[in-house]
This record gives sequence, C-alpha cells and structure tokens, in this order.
Amino acid sequence: MAKVRVLVGTHKGAFILTSDGARAEWQISGPFFAGWEIFHMKASPVNPDRIYAAQNSDWFGQMMQRSDDGGATWTAVGNKFEYEGETGTHQWYDGTPHPWEFKRVWHVEPSLTDADTVYAGVEDAALFRSTDAGQSWQELPGLRGHGTGPDWQPGAGGMCLHSIILDPSDPNRIFVAISAAGAFRTDDGGKNWKPVNRGLVSQYIPDPEAEVGHCVHHIAMHPAHPGRLFMQKHWDIMRSDDAGDHWHKISGNLPTDFGFVIDVHAHEPETLYIVPIKSDAEHFPLDGRLLVYRSRSGGHEWEPLGNGLPEQNCYVNVLRDAMAVDQMESCGVYFGTTGGQVYASADSGDHWQAIVRDLPAVLSVEVQTLP
Amino acid sequence: MTAPVRVQLPASLSALAGTARELDLSVVLPVTQRTILDALELAYPMLRGTLRDQTSQRRRPFIRFFACQQDLSHEAPDAPVPADVASGSEIFMIVGAIAGG
Repeated sequence: MAKVRVLVGTHKGAFILTSDGARAEWQISGPFFAGWEIFHMKASPVNPDRIYAAQNSDWFGQMMQRSDDGGATWTAVGNKFEYEGETGTHQWYDGTPHPWEFKRVWHVEPSLTDADTVYAGVEDAALFRSTDAGQSWQELPGLRGHGTGPDWQPGAGGMCLHSIILDPSDPNRIFVAISAAGAFRTDDGGKNWKPVNRGLVSQYIPDPEAEVGHCVHHIAMHPAHPGRLFMQKHWDIMRSDDAGDHWHKISGNLPTDFGFVIDVHAHEPETLYIVPIKSDAEHFPLDGRLLVYRSRSGGHEWEPLGNGLPEQNCYVNVLRDAMAVDQMESCGVYFGTTGGQVYASADSGDHWQAIVRDLPAVLSVEVQTLP
Repeated sequence: MTAPVRVQLPASLSALAGTARELDLSVVLPVTQRTILDALELAYPMLRGTLRDQTSQRRRPFIRFFACQQDLSHEAPDAPVPADVASGSEIFMIVGAIAGG
C-alpha cells in the first residue's frame, strides 16, 4: 500500500510525518535541526529518499542539509551562496538603492530529472543551482541581471525568491516569483529571463500595472498543463493560460482574496485551493474561522471547506510554502499554520483533521507519495 | 608550530558539528581569532559560514568571542588573543549573542 510522507519546516526545526494510504494515523519524527528555522524541505522526484532542507538562523546563518535515506540521517552540504559578478543594488523599503546581500534560502526545488541537481531561491532575491547534490551552488545571474533588478523591492518578509516551478514538458523553462518584484520566466534554462506580470494590478505601487514591483505571494501549476499558472498575489487570485504572458483575475466570489498559499489538485487541473486571509494588516482568517476555499472551475466560483477546521477564535496564518497535495487516488491536501497545526484532508478537502498540532510556527509543507 | 587551544561552542553549533561543546584544537601560531577559526573550520567544515562570512571573513553580527572575562569580539581578527588562551589555560568562548529567541 502506498504511503505518504509530509515534510514540515518550522520556525524551530523540521518534522517528518508519515502515514499509510488511509492517512488516518500519523507517525511524527523530529525535531530535526532543533532550534533552527527550516524554511523549506523538498525531496527529489528522481530519488524520493533524497531530501534537501534549507536551515537558517539569525545567529549562525544559512546551512543546507541533505538526507539520502528519507530523512533518517542528514549531512550538511554546501552553504556558500555568492552572487555572480557585479552585485548591484535593488530598492530598499524607503526607495533608496541598497546592495544585494545574501540572507537565507527560502525554497529548494529539486530537478525533475536529476537527483544531483537542485535549485535554491534566496533572499536577497536570486536563483542558485547545484549540480553536485548541494555541495556547491552557482547563481543563475541572468535573472538578477536581466534589467529590472534595480527596481525590485523587499516585501514585508524580505526580498525573497520563494517560488520555483520547473516545467515538466520543457527542461529549459523555469518560472520563479519574487516578493515584491513579480513573476519571471526563462525559456533557455536560466540564461535569459523576462518579467511575466502583464495583467497584474497592484494599487500599492506607483504604477499599478508596472512591469515589476508586484508582491506575488505564490504561484502553482498542474504538471499536466504546464502553461497554466495560478497565483496568489498580495491581493487577488490570478490565472494565466499562456505561461505567464497574460494574467487575469479569478477571485470571483471569495470573501477576501488576500492570502499566501495556492495549490492545484493532483488529478483535477482546474481544482484549486487557497486559504483566504483577512487583509494585509490582519494576517488571520476572516471572522476567526479557518476555511480553505476550493474552486473546481479553475477560479471565479469558490466554495468554503471547513469540515474539521476551527470554526471560531482562530487567528493563525498560513504561509506561502505551507500547502501541498499528495498523489493518492483520492487526493490529499495539506497545510500548516503559524499556530503549529498541520491539517490534512484525504478527500480533496471535504473533511479535515489536524495530523499534528502544537508544533512551532509552520513555515513550509511538502508531501511525498511513496510506493 | 601550533598551540593547544580550548574552544567552547554554542549548543546549536556543537549539535550541528556532532561534537562536544568544549573542543581542543591545535592552532597554528600566532594564536589569533582568525587562526582559531581556521583550525575550527578545518576540523569541522560544516561550521563554515556559521561564525564568519565565508567571503569577507567578517564575524557574523550575533557572534561574540569572550575569554579571560573580556569581550574580544571587536578585536582585530589578526590580533593575538590573550596569552592564557594561547596556552590553553583559559577557554575561548564562542557565544551566540543574547538577542531574544
């Protein structure tokens, strides 16, 4: 029987939750790297027992860890992230030029075809790649240097490259998203990049329809439809059907379209999940009731899903990398909260249960479906 | 020529390195902050970048160096450490600054 492994990064360590295909009973291991922020963990689709983890501390800086046995043991790998060439400047919060400074890794994205190749999205925003299983990292400088970099500015969480999507149909195509710069795409393996933000409208920047400057919180793609992208922007749920060249709003009947996460059902490319958050100032669910919203029509029409979720007095947040889906026949959906709960649904969102609670604040959730 | 130097790590870094908090290092003379850290990183490569920037070699902002009841954090990296540290009679303490959390 297949099993599921959930990789949970938290503010004070990593946890691994495992269950069989029923996803009713869960075993919890951890904390790994206790006391360290684990921004993200993700396994190689080529070798599922190879897991990469981004480990950070304000005191001790960035570490990268790799496991080759499904998370039982870990090895510290390379942690030198050095920008290529002229460092340059981006905008600081006050609009003045500020030199690029490496702070941390937000997201790791293992290659779809090579277990030794992995990408890292970092703050200050840049994309790095390792081709030796994390021992060494090289920047893909064409992103930071393509021309709009001096206009990028940090979002409240820092100027982070937080989303990396590898196109399964085209090994040369990669999408990334940066707060607060926007979405970008390369079609030549990372040498050249262009902003793909047409259609985004952000009232908090001088030109609401500017080429860059949008605070994109997360983007998602169904692998069967690699040109179709979904975005949770600072405000607005957006959709593109042409690989980011044009976006249109699909917030529809949502009570609020602020939020951080967005994901797509494993088997239904038009079924989307988000967790609406009240506002940019009030990072908690509307009316203190935690609800996932699902659209089965690719946007516009949304239904609240709350069976098993807190119905009152809930004031947690769900951060941008803290939602994932499994590949089981009945698709499982998972998300973690800043209150330390990880909620799971084994039936596409109809019913939920907390599979662990009282962890440190959850920063990221990834799921593996294992044979 | 080397000198025996005792170093104490923050708990987080001893866990990271899989070692005891107090270490005995053989440090190339003259014994300075730089040569102590060089010896430490040589013995425990996973600590590279955790105490000082790997490129600029600057001490990370929340890392402090204490020894002989003195704060040595702001001494030049190539300045000799106190003789009692260089002789191994006093421990060179690497401390994570108290900054909440």
